[in-house]
Amino acid sequence: MDFFTAFLNSLPGAVGQGLIWGMIAMGVFITFRILDIADLTVDGSLVTGGAVAALCITMGWNPWAALLAAVLAGMLAGFVTGFFHTVCGIPAILAGILTQLALYSVNLRIMAIGDSAKTKATLAVSVDKYDLLVSARYIRDMALNNPLVLMIVFTVVVIALLYWFFGTEMGSSLRATGANPNMARAQGINTDFCKVLGLVVSNGMVAMGGGLLAQYQGSSTIDMGRGAIAIALAAVIIGEVLLSKVFRNFALKLLSSVIGAIIYYVVITLVLRLGLESTDLKLLTALVVAIFLTIPYWKGKYFSKSVRKEVSQNA
Amino acid sequence: MLEIRNIRKTFNAGTVNEKVALRGVDLTLNDGDFVTVIGGNGAGKSTLMNAVAGVYPVDEGSITIGGVDVTGLPEHRRAKYVGRVFQDPMMGTAATMQIEENLALAARRGQGRGLRVGINKAEREAYRTLLATLGLGLEDRMTSKVGLLSGGQRQALTLLMATLKKPKLLLLDEHTAALDPKTAAKVLETTETIIQRDKLTTLMITHNMRDAIAHGNRLIMMYEGRVAIDVSGEEKKKLTVERLLAMFSEVSGSDEADDKLLLS
Repeated sequence: MDFFTAFLNSLPGAVGQGLIWGMIAMGVFITFRILDIADLTVDGSLVTGGAVAALCITMGWNPWAALLAAVLAGMLAGFVTGFFHTVCGIPAILAGILTQLALYSVNLRIMAIGDSAKTKATLAVSVDKYDLLVSARYIRDMALNNPLVLMIVFTVVVIALLYWFFGTEMGSSLRATGANPNMARAQGINTDFCKVLGLVVSNGMVAMGGGLLAQYQGSSTIDMGRGAIAIALAAVIIGEVLLSKVFRNFALKLLSSVIGAIIYYVVITLVLRLGLESTDLKLLTALVVAIFLTIPYWKGKYFSKSVRKEVSQNA
Repeated sequence: MLEIRNIRKTFNAGTVNEKVALRGVDLTLNDGDFVTVIGGNGAGKSTLMNAVAGVYPVDEGSITIGGVDVTGLPEHRRAKYVGRVFQDPMMGTAATMQIEENLALAARRGQGRGLRVGINKAEREAYRTLLATLGLGLEDRMTSKVGLLSGGQRQALTLLMATLKKPKLLLLDEHTAALDPKTAAKVLETTETIIQRDKLTTLMITHNMRDAIAHGNRLIMMYEGRVAIDVSGEEKKKLTVERLLAMFSEVSGSDEADDKLLLS
């Protein structure tokens, strides 16, 4: 019974984390599902978002302005990956890895701005000292400063904005680029521009998630983005596996990534309660992603007939 | 309408895989010309078409469409002038998008794409009418994903998309080759109807000599990266498969009138 109570007590925290990672997962959905690019920039741009937000807040900025700065920094990171990929002709995966690697150095520098040290791996933003948008401190409070309130608002607004954008001419050309680049070019769509734009938007969202995460946990750390792409993919895929039959609408598909992220963190909370160490989680995450990516592949390979129908229906 | 001046293209130049695909092609299409293109495998038909469409740059020569020199333009900017249908039915449409969304993308060929809504109500109605002309029942499935359509339906849709905004030049790259004979005939019939209706300047590659003879006002045969035979007017009307094969033997200097390459 104690176990159950403790688990229930930690549920709000899991949902809070899930909502923040839902933002990151929606960013990854754009590159992974819409553009068909596995963008590994994410591990770095998440930290960049966290670092920039934390830095700006410690410099006395308004937290909204700090979050905006974080988003812009993430968009810049996405642009760099897009530049490597389209202008320099580097394969997308490698382009992302290069940016991510470069960002490691950049992020250490960002967090040390205004400090006597030249590089810094942690930058604290305590809710005692600064005005923050979200903080884990209030996660169980029945009040408006509960981070869940703002995160739900954020999620709804971001889904609405993305839904609108992907219905516009520009958004449609982005979807066409991911669906069939040959056709897109034949219809006069600049596929390189679309890829860069998608990477910019995606990493802007990831950095926003990073900026929120830093505030939520009270610090920005250099390794907070390690494996972020895998966690975000896990969220996207869990959401799809569980909800793709019910959620056909684009907005609902985005929502399923958020729900996937929440489920992911609830499960993580559970296994931590069961005695797993937090350092074991990367292994667990990798396995979850591997398994959920394997299932559709094997289904296609060994039961191709029934699955092909399903794929085209869900596509 | 189309002016091709001495274009050359070599793939993998300087390697063991070097392949000279185009050895100086000159071709001029007048406004409203419907030219069928035949030739064996490796004759350079598809390379010619891709060079015109801008899939890759040419090594030498120039390409002008409707008075605009497009030689240096990337593929997506040439799309303003060119409508295309590919051999592979999968290639011309976005499978994961709806039928009407595909049409809406095509309707904006050659225009800027901003933050206006991707498809509006008036367009939808226009597409419904247009799809009905195909006689495939697609007008009742406008929000279906294109991936659910058959190859023939997808080719018909691609044809509609290629001509939705009247192109200065229509390129058809063996667009019926992957279809069963009955469907191929139907798609070809639709092609003919649209070309006649809109008086489109067209370049159509085909493997089928009979189709090449039956359609268009002019026929060219490519051989080893050049235009080897160019027949038009009355001569084209009187052409037969036998006559064509004889002409080919003459050009290639061999009697074994490569029926494997030419007939189908």
